[in-house]
Order: sequence, then structure tokens, then C-alpha cells
Amino acid sequence: MTDTTAPAPAGTVSRRAALIGAAMLFVALVGVLAGARYGLLLAIGLGFGITLEGLRFGFAGPWRAMILRRDPAGIIAQLCAIAIVAVVAIPLLAANPGELAGAHAPVGLAMVGGAFVFGICMQIVLGCGSGTLVNAGSGNPVSLVALPFFAIGSFAGAYHLFWWTDLGSAPLVVLSGTGGLAVTLAALAAVAAFVWWRAAPENRRVAPRLWLAAALVAALAIGNLVVAGQPWGVVYGLGLWAAKGASLMGADLAGSAFWSAAGNQDRLAASVLTDVTSLTNIGIIAGAALVASWRAGLGQGLPRLPARAWAAAVVAGFLLGYSSRLAFGCNVGAFFSGISTGSLHGWVWFLAAFAGAVLGVRLRPHLGLEAR
Amino acid sequence: MAPTRRLTAGLALALVATVLLLDLAAGSVPNPYRAPALLALGSGQVASGGHCAALPGN
Repeated sequence: MTDTTAPAPAGTVSRRAALIGAAMLFVALVGVLAGARYGLLLAIGLGFGITLEGLRFGFAGPWRAMILRRDPAGIIAQLCAIAIVAVVAIPLLAANPGELAGAHAPVGLAMVGGAFVFGICMQIVLGCGSGTLVNAGSGNPVSLVALPFFAIGSFAGAYHLFWWTDLGSAPLVVLSGTGGLAVTLAALAAVAAFVWWRAAPENRRVAPRLWLAAALVAALAIGNLVVAGQPWGVVYGLGLWAAKGASLMGADLAGSAFWSAAGNQDRLAASVLTDVTSLTNIGIIAGAALVASWRAGLGQGLPRLPARAWAAAVVAGFLLGYSSRLAFGCNVGAFFSGISTGSLHGWVWFLAAFAGAVLGVRLRPHLGLEAR
Repeated sequence: MAPTRRLTAGLALALVATVLLLDLAAGSVPNPYRAPALLALGSGQVASGGHCAALPGN
């Protein structure tokens, strides 16, 4: 057994000091070069990455644990984090409608289908929106392969978004004010009770690290809303990176109603260091890498996977990006931020994506990503 | 020597660095003197960032 009370060797201490110093320098540089708000958003992103990797808090893994082992712990922690954010965010949005915006989107045919496909793919690569960033940062090769295709898929899904939404959407439904908060909290409690009831009796416990992670993720998400004026998101930033790459290679984005819209044209011309979701995404990758290096976990060998597993990572990565644009978000933008800011589409996303996840869990072994 | 996660984590950070460097090379240089207030809440400014739940025009 390792003696955890023994002082770390001098080399480890200096490496960890260098990691903290590099992270602080990065935040300071962005703050000086782009502005204090952007430095703070990068720091929030680092906080997300450190918390998600350090406390092993995720979305795809807990859903898999519930489906395969009826282990409810991770989902209960997710619902708890969403509830904490909702308690703060829904009243804040009601009181400051000009300065703050929620993750509000309509329920529609493409939205439901997109969430279902996202649920499948997040189980194939075992990484959702935030999970793919965290896993890539900590050296998971499947997520590293999936990540650039996630970005390309997000760009392409946004490019075609209006065609998909024209298939049919219901009016926007937002649970707002005190009544909306009460309904949101009651629904979260009902889902938590259902998950607890469905759980295997021997698994009906939540590790302390998950309660801590839920509280930290919620605090960071509230910080994201207060600093950026909008909730935590992932997918837009990835699509923007691919869109900038396409522009750099001479692509004309005028053919896309989405990318030629005024706000998106502005963000295409502006630095990624001023884009909210780009900054938090960068922070998540860097924060996860920091934790992996801190734990000296980067010495782990890479898995030997068959060719079909790498092909699955490419296809699933692309579909994660494409489908999350149609679904108006991933596990972060739609499920976490949608529900916590009162959007009905977050709830519908949850149902559709979980149904997809049930299928994805069963597909994963056939694609060579785990033993059958 | 067999490759480890040090290689893949390094590649992930290199991917981020490439995005930042290409963006700078394309002329997207931030201007700190035109930066918004530290906090959106209380700034009096309308939220204008991109988000995956937002559809242009809505």
C-alpha cells in the first residue's frame, strides 16, 4: 500500500509547481492580451477540466453504469448539480433578461433525432461533449481521434441547421420564474427518485467525491453564466474552430444561413480568445492534461485496438458534432444547461439521448472498442 | 519504446496550440482595450456570445 502521508519527491513537487505556474501564466496571458473577462473564462474552463478529470465526474460513464450495472451514483450527482445551478440561474435569468441568456431552444423532430444519435455515439466513444475534451486532454487516444471530427461535425451540422429545423419545431417552452423553478426542481427530484428506485440495492450509495464534484461543477457553471452572460456550452466553440479552418482554406460560408448570420460572422472574424465556449473548451482540455500529469498518469500505455474501432471513433466523433448541433446542444449545452435554465428541450434531450445510450452501450463491443 | 498517454495528451495540447496559432496567423488578434466588463451580470450589456442552443434570428 502506498503511504499517502509521505512527502512527495522533490522532482514531483517541482513538476507540480511548474504545472500550476503554467496554468496561471496562461490565464494571465489571455487576460492581458484579450481582456480580464476572457482570462476569467479560461480559468473557469480550467476549473471544469480539473474537477471533471480530478474527481472523475462525467456523463457518458455514469449513464453506462446505470444501464449495465444499475449504478445510479453518477446520474444522481448530475441531477444534483443541475438542481443547484437551476436554483441560482432561473431567478437570475428572470431578474436580468437583457444581460443573461439561458440555453433555450425549441423541441423539434431534428432536435429529438439529434439527441438520440448523440446518445448512441457518446457511448461508442465513451465520451460526451465535455467528456471528449477531458479524455483527449488526459491522453485517451480514442477521444483524441474523435475530437477533430467532433469539431468538423459541429461545423457541418450548424451549416445545415436551418434545413433540419424546417422539418418541424414546436414553439419554445421555457420554465421561468418561481413556478418554473419549482417545476424544474420537482422534475429533477422525480427523476432522481426513479433512478434510485431502479438501481440495484447494493449500488444505492453516492461516493463523497461525486457530491463534491457536483457542487464544484455547479459553482463553475454559475460562474460561467455570471461572467459570460450565457450558460456553459461546448459544441459551438468546436464548430467555430472548424469553421475558421474552412475559411482559412478558402471555403465560402455565405451559402450557410447559419454561418453567414451577423453574430457568427463577427465571431468568425474575432479571435478564439474572445469566444466564450472556445475558452472554456481550451480550459477543459488543459485542465484535464494538468491533472493527468499531476497524478503521473501519462505513463500509461496506449491500447491496441482493431481498425474498425478507429473507424468507429472517426464516424462517431463526426456524428457527435453533427447531431449535437441539430439537438441544440450536447450533454452540457442541452441537458445540463438547458434543464438548469428552464428549457423544455433539455428534458426532451435527456429522454432521447438516454434511449440512444441504451443502444450505444450494446453497439460498442461490436465495434472493437471493448471485449465482447 | 511503446507509446504512452504522454504522446496523446501532448497531441491534444498541440491541437489546441495549432487552433490558437492559425487563428492568430489569420489576423484574428484580440484587442484588450475593447474587452467587455469583467462580469456580464451587472454590465448593462446584452449577452452576445455563441451558444449551441441559440439559433440565429431567435
